[in-house]
Amino acid sequence: MSKRIDVGDLNVYYGSFLAVEGVSMAIEARSVTAFIGPSGCGKSTFIRTLNRMHEVIPGARVEGKVMLDGEDLYAANVDPVTVRRQVGMVFQRPNPFPTMSIRDNVLAGMKLNSKRMRKAEADDVVEQSLKGANLWNEVKDRLDKPGSGLSGGQQQRLCIARAIAVQPEVLLMDEPCSALDPISTLAIEDLIGELKQNYTIVIVTHNMQQAARVSDRTAFFNIAGTGKPGKLIEMDDTTKIFTNPSVKATEDYVSGRFG
Amino acid sequence: MTVDTRIPAVSSLAQNQLPRATTPVLLVLSLAAGAGLSAALGFSWAWFAVFFIVLFAVVNTTVSGVVEGRRKATDKLVTTLVYTAFGLALIPLISVSWSVVDNGLERFGADFLTTSMRNVTGLNDQQAVDGEAEFIGGAYHALLGTFLITGLATLISVPIGLLTSIYLVEYGRGRLARAITFFVDVMTGIPSIVAGLFAAALFAVLFGVGTRNGFAGAVALSVLMIPVVVRSSEEMLRIVPNELREAAYALGVPKWRTIVRVVVPTAISGIASGVTLAIARVVGETAPLIVTAGFTSSINSNPFSEWMMSLPAYVYSQAMRPLSGSVPEPSFDRAWAAALTLVLIVMLLNLIARLIARLFSPKTGR
Repeated sequence: MSKRIDVGDLNVYYGSFLAVEGVSMAIEARSVTAFIGPSGCGKSTFIRTLNRMHEVIPGARVEGKVMLDGEDLYAANVDPVTVRRQVGMVFQRPNPFPTMSIRDNVLAGMKLNSKRMRKAEADDVVEQSLKGANLWNEVKDRLDKPGSGLSGGQQQRLCIARAIAVQPEVLLMDEPCSALDPISTLAIEDLIGELKQNYTIVIVTHNMQQAARVSDRTAFFNIAGTGKPGKLIEMDDTTKIFTNPSVKATEDYVSGRFG
Repeated sequence: MTVDTRIPAVSSLAQNQLPRATTPVLLVLSLAAGAGLSAALGFSWAWFAVFFIVLFAVVNTTVSGVVEGRRKATDKLVTTLVYTAFGLALIPLISVSWSVVDNGLERFGADFLTTSMRNVTGLNDQQAVDGEAEFIGGAYHALLGTFLITGLATLISVPIGLLTSIYLVEYGRGRLARAITFFVDVMTGIPSIVAGLFAAALFAVLFGVGTRNGFAGAVALSVLMIPVVVRSSEEMLRIVPNELREAAYALGVPKWRTIVRVVVPTAISGIASGVTLAIARVVGETAPLIVTAGFTSSINSNPFSEWMMSLPAYVYSQAMRPLSGSVPEPSFDRAWAAALTLVLIVMLLNLIARLIARLFSPKTGR
């Protein structure tokens, strides 16, 4: 499990509008990479190109290369569905399926694809995934209750359990803690630390302390003004970005002088 | 810091206020005065209501204006107007329900629902009125026809309507989708007789002029039903949060499976109640059934051949063409009883719609 991602000169468009311009970066396997930057600078847009979720929006498209362990995600004969089975995603707002129980939510990746499993096997996947998301002890007695009855933090961990149940190579997290309280945030940050043993993790965050706490490498995105494309300003080891960045704008941002 | 709750001698927040009982007392007084005034003119309910409401509005507003000031007075006047409008709106509703129940109960009953009009003639009615025989004749054949025709119409409309709305919400972009939306809107406004003539003309072309059967009626009703189903399920599918679709895509679920397994189940309660209300909307259609399914006094359980009766057509024929010209009352009673049956069916459908909405809605319990 876990693969590296290499991005080469990627331009991201919404229709004719260029949203993100000229991003090149390497994301290491079994590490946490954080994207930081002011609102509207294209972090979320960019992370959605890493599992081809970007093109779900009508008119959205990309130019350039995204390589997953040397395979181009945007090659002509690649099915986005196959890509998304390898690159999982956790969203900003917890979004468990309201019609499903906690157990079915965890198994959603298999059930929705009508994959046949024996009950013992399914029970095993549910337990392992919920344990992996640090949620097992809280919900093991009510697996048949609806997932939407959980608290926000529990719902988000349920979504993480759902994402890791299909055993992806990479896990993308788009501001996973922005709707959560500090205790739930802590639970998820601890979880990220454990998950990086097995997965490549990419996380978008507005919280610079969070980036400093959980990530190994940090990428800073910025935007020159409204209507201009977002750009990758610099990417380096997290400690270097937060103590001694090479670009002035990064230093201004992480020290709180703007943004 | 200390808490200071002493009451000052003069408060800038306080102002004159009428005692709470003022409005109810004035209401009773106006009722009495209204009754008195209308009695002086020779009592009638209409005058009583007019005198009572005008008196109450004037007195209540004036008293409040003098004591409490202009804002409160306006509030009381508008409150009175709103309640009056509400009362006016209720009058036709209650009056219709009352006359249907009152007149319908005369003949309504198990016997009415289980017998047909076969071999019932004006002579039977004559004898029944004279007390020489029992009242006979029911609406079983019409009830059966209504169930078969609306059932078939539902079978035709729901798949077409649901798939159209899925296309509009999940796939449709650009010209084709806009055109479909436009024509669905146009179809919503089609007069029902036009739908009936369309179905009659279609069957005349396909199976010969004068072809009338239950299926033709079902086709006519579907023309009316499809736009309603499309509209209501489109609304329901649109309010399914996009996040759920994205969550499914991110798990590597193809689009069609996402629609079938996530989007439709999430919206199913709204779709089902929308369909039930669409059925309630067409079950009382008269004109399209008269030109497509026709009339009969016998039981016909095959919608694909021969004329078929329906409840609205039954009401129409009993009310407009009584069996006996000299004693039309038994026929009128049958028409009212059939109308009551229709109202009960529509009420039942509305209850079912609510039940479905509750049963299928996503659970939020812990």
